[in-house]
Amino acid sequence: MDWKIFLEQAPSGGMTYLGWLWSGLFWTLAVSACAWVLAFTVGSVVGIARTTPLAWARALGTAYVELFRNIPLLVQMFLWYFVMPEVIPKAWGDWLKQDMPNLLTLPFAAQFSLWEFTAAVLCLGLYTASRVAEQVRSGIQSLPRGQVAAGLAMGLTLPQVYRHVTLPMAYRIVIPPMTSEFLTIFKNSSTALTIGVLELTAQSRQISEYTFKTFEAFTAATLIYIVITMTVILLMRTLERRVAVPGYIAQGGGH
Amino acid sequence: MAMIEIRNVSKWYGAFQVLKDCTSRVEKGEVVVVCGPSGSGKSTLIKTVNGLEPFQQGEIVVNGTSVGAAKTNLPKVRAQIGMVFQNFELFPHMSITDNLTLAQVKVLGRTREAAVEKGHKLLERVGLLNQKDKYPGQLSGGQQQRVAIARALSMDPIAMLFDEPTSALDPEMINEVLDVMVELAREGMTMMVVTHEMGFARKVAHRVVFMDHGQIVEDCTKDEFFGTPRSERAQAFLSKILHH
Repeated sequence: MDWKIFLEQAPSGGMTYLGWLWSGLFWTLAVSACAWVLAFTVGSVVGIARTTPLAWARALGTAYVELFRNIPLLVQMFLWYFVMPEVIPKAWGDWLKQDMPNLLTLPFAAQFSLWEFTAAVLCLGLYTASRVAEQVRSGIQSLPRGQVAAGLAMGLTLPQVYRHVTLPMAYRIVIPPMTSEFLTIFKNSSTALTIGVLELTAQSRQISEYTFKTFEAFTAATLIYIVITMTVILLMRTLERRVAVPGYIAQGGGH
Repeated sequence: MAMIEIRNVSKWYGAFQVLKDCTSRVEKGEVVVVCGPSGSGKSTLIKTVNGLEPFQQGEIVVNGTSVGAAKTNLPKVRAQIGMVFQNFELFPHMSITDNLTLAQVKVLGRTREAAVEKGHKLLERVGLLNQKDKYPGQLSGGQQQRVAIARALSMDPIAMLFDEPTSALDPEMINEVLDVMVELAREGMTMMVVTHEMGFARKVAHRVVFMDHGQIVEDCTKDEFFGTPRSERAQAFLSKILHH
């Protein structure tokens, strides 16, 4: 084993191989965070839509979930990156491929453009949204039906009932599965390497190819992934304890 | 004019008819007890009064407003009618005080201070002011139901609906809830109460409505009901629940 390899100068980017790993980690976190914001927002809207009394909203929500969760993630990555620019009007497709990459130079020694980054975020975010939507829906539907009735009976409107009664409990209930979804989006971000985003896995592979230190390269990546996921798990446990409802037995982490 | 007027109301779940041509009324200040075997439609009937359950035929008029009409502002009607549920339905993530103030602030537009003052006054009335900072999960069933009654009263309702308010309670907690309800009735609150508590009916009801298979079989004064119920079904029901 030769861990000192990471301190050697890498052939590009003006940094060591360790620098490559940091760059990869940065882009893994950037893709995951942006995709999570998208997934959480779209997933919440879709999940809520599936619980409303509006038939058209439920149908749209169901269509969304079934479309995005039934296509393999890797295929979706290729659809966004390779196929989408060809099926939208040509001018838009050309803009995505030619002009968007020049909008800004990505920081942290990125060897790819804003377009690859955007496609990866869209793909991961909208795919994970279908899973988040199902979590949100099941959280809402796990509440006693009488809760909504009680809110309505006091004169609250249905949106007010969602805002003050249903969602605060539903989101508390789905914190554990949401944690899993975030860990999944973080690990799934490695598929972005297939469209050229040099994130952590891609950088490890690149290091292994340049140095033939396969064991060291992928061990380092593995450890970094584990450190990040463990940190997320600890943070989410803290959050769960913070928002635990006193005396509410269905919830773990309380007292 | 009656406070609650139910005229020829019918309701179907698909092909199954749960309410069959129900007609009744609750005058201002009147206490009407609705009873009957389970599945008779009494809970469904009381939920049609504030539009929680839609119905396909007939009309319900509450204080001059038709509940089923398409252009009726349902939240406005509901804000005037308090409702107490079998399973309390306090909001578990809110303190007792917040449970009491939410709708006062969001629906009636009261200030937080005024809402808290009102809420605490009502908590005191049901004997639970010392629980104001607790959460529903930390209270017993009887206490939760008393809070639920206080929550409904905090909206200054013109009438109160009770949907089996003691059915989910342990026996030793039933009386503390019934005591609050009896007091309310004696103060002249207009009440429609679905319950099996015949002691309560005897004590404060003005009229008793007996339902079976979605129909109103009896609708008479308390004395008539307990004295000489006219239908066999009501007699059978009474003998079952009174003789043990």
